[in-house]
Amino acid sequence: MILIYTIVILMGGGLLAFLLGQWNKSLPRWIALCTVSVGFVVLVSFWIERYRAVNIHLSNTWMIDYRHDWIPSFGISFHLAIDGLSLLLLVLTFFLGILAVLCSWNEVKERAGFYHFNLLWILAGISGVFMAMDLFLFYFFWEIMLIPMYFLIGIWGSENRVYAACKFFIFTQASGLLMLLAIIGLYFIHGRNTGIYTFNYFELLGTAISPNVAFWLMMGFMIAFVVKLPIVPFHTWLPDAHSEAPTAGSLILAGLLLKTGAYGILRFVLPLFPEASRVFAPWAMLFGVIGIIYGAILAYSQTDLKRLVAYTSVSHMGFVILGIFAFNELALQGVVMQLVTHAISTGALFIMAGMLKERLHTRDINQMGGLWAQMPQMGAIAMLLAMASLGLPGLGNFIAEFLILLGTFKANVLLTVIAAIGLVFSAIYSLRIVQKVFLGPSERSYQVRDFSFREIVIMAALTLSIVWLGLYPQPVINTAKPMIMKLEHIFSAENKNMEKENPSVTPLNMHKYLVNNKE
Amino acid sequence: MNNLLWLVPALPFAGFLILALAGKQLSRVWVAMIGAGSVSLSAIVVLIIGISFLSQPPANGNYSQTLWTWMQVAGFNPKITLFLDALSLVFVFVITFIGALIHIYSVAFMADDKDYSRFFACMNLFVFSMLLLVLADNLLLLYLGWEGVGLCSYLLIGFWYENPANGYAARKAFIITRVGDTAMAIGLFVIFYQFGTLAIPDVLAKAPVLWHQGAQMATITALLLLAGGVGKSAQLPLQTWLPDAMAGPSPVSALIHAATMVTAGVYLIARMHIIFQLSPIAQMIVAVIGAATLFIAGFSALTQYDIKRVLAYSTISQIGYMFLALGVGAWTAAIFHFMIHAFFKALLFLAAGAVIETLHHEHNMFKMGGLKNKLPVIFWTFLIGSASLAALPLISAGFYSKDQILWYAWASESGNPLLWFIALLGAFITAAYTARMMILVFWGEAKTEIGHHPGKLMTVPLIILAFFSLFAGFIELPHNFGHLTLFSNLLHQVLPEAVLKAGMNTELQFQILAFLSTFGGIYLAYIFYYKQPQRIEKLKQSGFVMNLYLFWFSGWGFDKLYNVLIVNPVVFIANINKSDVVDKLYQGITFVTIRLYRFLSFTQSGSLRWYIMGLVIGAIIILSIQIML
Repeated sequence: MILIYTIVILMGGGLLAFLLGQWNKSLPRWIALCTVSVGFVVLVSFWIERYRAVNIHLSNTWMIDYRHDWIPSFGISFHLAIDGLSLLLLVLTFFLGILAVLCSWNEVKERAGFYHFNLLWILAGISGVFMAMDLFLFYFFWEIMLIPMYFLIGIWGSENRVYAACKFFIFTQASGLLMLLAIIGLYFIHGRNTGIYTFNYFELLGTAISPNVAFWLMMGFMIAFVVKLPIVPFHTWLPDAHSEAPTAGSLILAGLLLKTGAYGILRFVLPLFPEASRVFAPWAMLFGVIGIIYGAILAYSQTDLKRLVAYTSVSHMGFVILGIFAFNELALQGVVMQLVTHAISTGALFIMAGMLKERLHTRDINQMGGLWAQMPQMGAIAMLLAMASLGLPGLGNFIAEFLILLGTFKANVLLTVIAAIGLVFSAIYSLRIVQKVFLGPSERSYQVRDFSFREIVIMAALTLSIVWLGLYPQPVINTAKPMIMKLEHIFSAENKNMEKENPSVTPLNMHKYLVNNKE
Repeated sequence: MNNLLWLVPALPFAGFLILALAGKQLSRVWVAMIGAGSVSLSAIVVLIIGISFLSQPPANGNYSQTLWTWMQVAGFNPKITLFLDALSLVFVFVITFIGALIHIYSVAFMADDKDYSRFFACMNLFVFSMLLLVLADNLLLLYLGWEGVGLCSYLLIGFWYENPANGYAARKAFIITRVGDTAMAIGLFVIFYQFGTLAIPDVLAKAPVLWHQGAQMATITALLLLAGGVGKSAQLPLQTWLPDAMAGPSPVSALIHAATMVTAGVYLIARMHIIFQLSPIAQMIVAVIGAATLFIAGFSALTQYDIKRVLAYSTISQIGYMFLALGVGAWTAAIFHFMIHAFFKALLFLAAGAVIETLHHEHNMFKMGGLKNKLPVIFWTFLIGSASLAALPLISAGFYSKDQILWYAWASESGNPLLWFIALLGAFITAAYTARMMILVFWGEAKTEIGHHPGKLMTVPLIILAFFSLFAGFIELPHNFGHLTLFSNLLHQVLPEAVLKAGMNTELQFQILAFLSTFGGIYLAYIFYYKQPQRIEKLKQSGFVMNLYLFWFSGWGFDKLYNVLIVNPVVFIANINKSDVVDKLYQGITFVTIRLYRFLSFTQSGSLRWYIMGLVIGAIIILSIQIML
């Protein structure tokens, strides 16, 4: 029941905020803060309570499974379940949700009720996506998170908001429709094979599909997810949406919405279409590497701070796709870490961009510079975040990227080496941010204030988490472990076949390996 | 003593935390107490541990202390474990001891700086990271320290951030070393898949079992690690960042860019020596890189006018000697030279900093001069440091450490006459540029008025370092002269002895040659810069000499080369693609759609004639198609 509560509480809170927002302007934000905090506390206490059990029962990956018929005649049920991966992402959702409410505490002055309604419903949609185990329900939540986001960008965004909102909507919607087609296709194939027409994820697993059809169905899911993730060349909605959205919108986009794409691949694409995924793997990894390098180079040339950070997301998400399709435990653990740490570090950078905009009324980094003198605290935090973004050991992002590269090295040496070059590029663009914004001479005549108390709380929460994940990531690793073990198990049989051909992978026989991987 | 080990890095880290979180609220006295105090305390702890290590050597040759398991993923379980053996003891001693002296010096040197607490916070963080680097028991933890010192180097080079040039130098240092670091990370992947672990003792134990002598994997691994070392230690071809790194305050140059961080590459290679031993090719490359670097940097040092840049090139050159020693298998000689170099180069940087400060931030040696009598303490300590750098025979510590390297470059099994000759030539150049620096700064006419004299806090560390620059050499004396081997005895617990070629027992002739080259170099500088300065003017007339001078001055054109080959193309591509060429595709789709709709809406004109016309034309087309088919 805890799962339904989390969604109901968000949706209810959203409605309440909307209604009460008519009378009182400051009430909605308090309602939003309370609802999200309650959800966060419930989930974290659940996590702590179950944490020990997680380590003991590696075989039983599902912690809660709730199912209720919804439209039985079409085999649609209201089916929610979570395992370690879902739980981590849910905790992350509520954590960033709290910060999203806090960081727009004073930013939103118009239609505060509707704003918080949208905010909470996006969170509800995202939570639903992380829990739904019925493909119809999954698609339902997939759309729920889209529409309030459209409003959030379109109403509370900056100058070019309508363009950005439409672009975001069309990209996501068009790719989502492909997924719907694939879901329906899968539904009928499974129905024809077994006579049971159902959208239930667990029953659809292991559906026998001819390789050709499986490939196209997989592509339907895949495109929806990689547009969201995003990978090059489907990334162009992201810089626009991120830079035009209000701060909380950018935070949720970067921190959570992108993660639904990665989650979708881990939860649906790989288990539903293992063979097709294997065929597609070299290409996916190649696209990941292209994204890493391409995003980094684009990030370097940007002058709009939010756009810059948006392109760094493209680069970091390239690591995610690279790691997922390496199909081994190290890389997959790295991917989960990357989802969490990227959400925190990039989310923090977007919040900081919002704080800078509040003070300087610009996002153009050429008009900033020398802010350290006036804002040493923010400068120090920005430095830490830049270091997280470039993967400094001791911070969470390093663990993520190191594990991904370490795992990928086993699967494909050449691509790993190219991806590692991305580490150099990430240093270049990250240091450029700090230099352009905080260092150099200051030409400002007016005083800019450093962090307020509320802002310190936000940043402290984010930076402490990133340091914690960098020094002791085990809780996250353990929680995700059962799910990843299972995923790896699906692919290990095939991996073993490959290892027979190449007993050990070394830089010297990597070309052979590369060829084999493509076959 | 095991239990105390964690205190060594923890003290500077605590100092960093306090200063970073509350530095603004603390008074300057407290900042200085915490900043310098934490490192000094750490040095005392090292002394306690060191004494116990030397007096009662642990049974297995090391102390180790596991703090926690960093992570556990699929058989990859690096731990946060500190590991102290003879090799790390030498490094830890140098880091904390020289670190403490430099911190004490900085209390006075930075006294007027507005960002006092930020300076000490960064310095403490540096000492912490450096200690972690040399105390790490596994390569991942070492990598943490490795990147951490890179961060601190970046923060401190760009310490005076108002000047964009300092920021540029800082980023250059970080990014160039990151290139090496990335190669090193790939090296870690290879090691993990070969040995299934990153724990250094395990890797070193398994390497000779798994790889035969000259195995290809050993070469690949060694070269990847070497790339990391080359970046950090500013060796060819990644040396270009170090001269620019002089933008930082002088104590930073002394601590990070002379005594400790830049020798991390030497530590890494010495630490992983078994892998390098398994690959003669890789070891030869180490030697060649060292020789080439010491040669190139020596000539560049000869042409600089900024005193700190002379010292920077000199550091590159001296680390080249250490690489040469590592390459020819003279492991302990390399570490010995590291320690002696740390003493005299820290001394030279601190003394140079004092000179620069008294001369109102004047870096140009040609505008100094005549300080011999005005700043006696600085003069004498600088002289001692210079003597050590120039390896003045018998009396300076630098002689004993460099002489060993010259000898092994010839006499060790993998040494050869060419390497020896380059090293000898390097010694000649070293003596020349050192004497040139001394003459320009301390002799001749005074060209800049001096300000206030440096205080006790600055001179006492100089005197202590000068003492070590003179006498530290006596713990390791040549075979034919005393034959004292205290230092190498200690290190032979960890590092193998150098293997000599057969029939090598004529060390004396080599010592005489080294002797001659040092004095030759000094004499050269004496002639050109003291006795007959007009000769320089005459040389400047020649176009060839001038071009050569400019070539050496610019560090053999490496910066230009990298700009043309790498930096400019990447920046160019980035800038022309600023608006993202992929997005043009989607914009094209919208453009076509909008045009199409404009075109079609044009047909809906509301005019009845057009509609009838349209109907008629449509009917004709349909009919004609039907007829044709």
